[in-house]
Amino acid sequence: MLDNLIWGYVYPNESEIQWSILIVLYPYITGLVAGAFIASSLYHVFGKNEIKPVARFALLTALSFLLVAMLPLLVHLGRPERGIEIMFTPHLTSAMSGFGYIFSFYLIIVVLEIWLSFREDIVKKALSSHGWKELLYSSLALFSFDISEKALHDDEKFARKLAIIGIPSAAFLHGYVGFIFGGIKANPWWSTPLMPIIFLMSAIVSGIALLILLYIAAMKIRKHAIDHKCLQSLAHYLWIFLILDVTLELLEIISMKYASREDIDIINRLLSDKIGFTFWGVQLTLGILIPFILLLMVNFIKKRDTLKMIMISISCIFVVIGVFAMRWNVVIGGQEISKSLVGTLTYVPVFFSQEGVLPAIIIFMLPFIILRVVTAILPPWKDMEEETQKLK
Amino acid sequence: MDISRREFTKIGCKIIIGATAGTTIVESLITNSIAAENSPVKGGYNWEEHFWGYVVDTRKCIGCGRCANACKLENHVPFDEEVYRTWIERYRVKKTSLETREEEVVIDSPDGGIEGFVDDIPAEEIKKAFFVPKICNHCDNPPCVQVCPVGATYTTKDGVVLVDYEYCIGCRYCIQGCPYGARYFNTEKGTADKCTWCYHRITKGLLPACVQACPTGARKFGDMLDKDSEVNKIIDEERINLLKPDLGTKPKVFYIGLDREVK
Repeated sequence: MLDNLIWGYVYPNESEIQWSILIVLYPYITGLVAGAFIASSLYHVFGKNEIKPVARFALLTALSFLLVAMLPLLVHLGRPERGIEIMFTPHLTSAMSGFGYIFSFYLIIVVLEIWLSFREDIVKKALSSHGWKELLYSSLALFSFDISEKALHDDEKFARKLAIIGIPSAAFLHGYVGFIFGGIKANPWWSTPLMPIIFLMSAIVSGIALLILLYIAAMKIRKHAIDHKCLQSLAHYLWIFLILDVTLELLEIISMKYASREDIDIINRLLSDKIGFTFWGVQLTLGILIPFILLLMVNFIKKRDTLKMIMISISCIFVVIGVFAMRWNVVIGGQEISKSLVGTLTYVPVFFSQEGVLPAIIIFMLPFIILRVVTAILPPWKDMEEETQKLK
Repeated sequence: MDISRREFTKIGCKIIIGATAGTTIVESLITNSIAAENSPVKGGYNWEEHFWGYVVDTRKCIGCGRCANACKLENHVPFDEEVYRTWIERYRVKKTSLETREEEVVIDSPDGGIEGFVDDIPAEEIKKAFFVPKICNHCDNPPCVQVCPVGATYTTKDGVVLVDYEYCIGCRYCIQGCPYGARYFNTEKGTADKCTWCYHRITKGLLPACVQACPTGARKFGDMLDKDSEVNKIIDEERINLLKPDLGTKPKVFYIGLDREVK
């Protein structure tokens, strides 16, 4: 059976794929975090008021995904109990060693940002509720109940400063994930200086698309009308970042093909055979080309908000799938070519195993559950529902 | 049993003397071993006095597989798993018509070459063929050490790249980082694993198992700090090559007769 999965000559130690679907999930989840955060800072930093209805919801989304971002890595380790050593004794020449710190720093920023933007709500709740709820919200408010105009104004100023730090750190968090792959000179499919920025662009794209989908879903569940101005504005940003994303992705392929170095034969085989469908079909056509056209049409169609909403939703579903395919093509694709440059392997996902599809599905469900809990404690719905109608 | 007072005293004294002497000896042994751990000289071996190098003469390899077999035996590398600290590759360049000029090269390494090789291509179809033994290059600029997030893999003073199995977290980044496919995942330990150039042997003045087992002298091992070592002579006199020199890893396995097809 093994022989059918291997073509050409691969080094004997390469018969097993080392990084499985969990490692595909890891950049996917961190990407969603970075994207959702950057979407929220469109309002918090750049003052795009049309994004306001989802700005705080985007922060909660970022937090929910951030809390599980570490999990796929940890589950994948051969010795998970030693994982913490990355924090205690980081080996600084390793691109991976900074992960714990960058992750923690970013977590602090996101939590602070959420606290500041929800503080007024928290204090009001603490003052108006009784029993354990009062205790919960009072402790969330850190027993500081000053919501005078001046205090709120200071909050806002500080939140804005934080968001300004937040953008480069979100970019760093994910660009850095790209560098984990881009810095591996042994692998011709990974080793490119474009990798961090490609990761970042696709992260923003996937984060905005997820945010749009979650927003539409939340409004449908809460039976509330959608703020089409906000939706179309998000879709517009999605479209712009899609263009940046596809430019970089194509630039990488084009320069590889044009330079035609020693590794071009194996790269060509990878692109035509191993990941041919997931790359050209899912990542580029389904994930970028079709959403690009749909979103372009959204820009031109006048009125007909429901139709636009359907088109935007379809685009976002495709984008989210396409970016997952992109992570897959990088992580799995890079391991499906042998470092001998004259052979390929095939990754066959297993369902039930420590590194199988099942734990991946479970891990990917977690952020949605966390988001449900977080939004129950800190409801962001007011922002979305202020100006729109309750549907009957 | 009758024991006179005299005899009893004698036995008693012996026990007391024995016990005192015994603990003193054990204690001094412990002190010595602690001292040895802290000094660069361990059991007479000073790692600052050596810098190891390895030479592969591909012209001499006959593909018998004894080296790969000896390695697995010596280092308890599982025989039933596709993991190797050293292996032998066979390259066969097929004859083609002069017009096409395109070469077809068949490369294989069945079971790392442990069981030798089977002639599955008729000799008349082959233009040239050769074996290439492969092993960790113990690079001077090792990408595996660079990428280890906790510093569990390191280079010793005498130039050997090792893994600390008590410290490795099993993230497998080093396996991805090695351009030569020399590392593998040890499923039993849950850590990365690799060739040590038989560090437990070379620090006792023995040769690595693969070098010892080679019947033709295709594998040579020696001290590059020793002017007269065979390895140094070969490096000085022969035309040698390295694997993937363009990656800047600075391998310390030097090849004689390396064909352009070898990756």
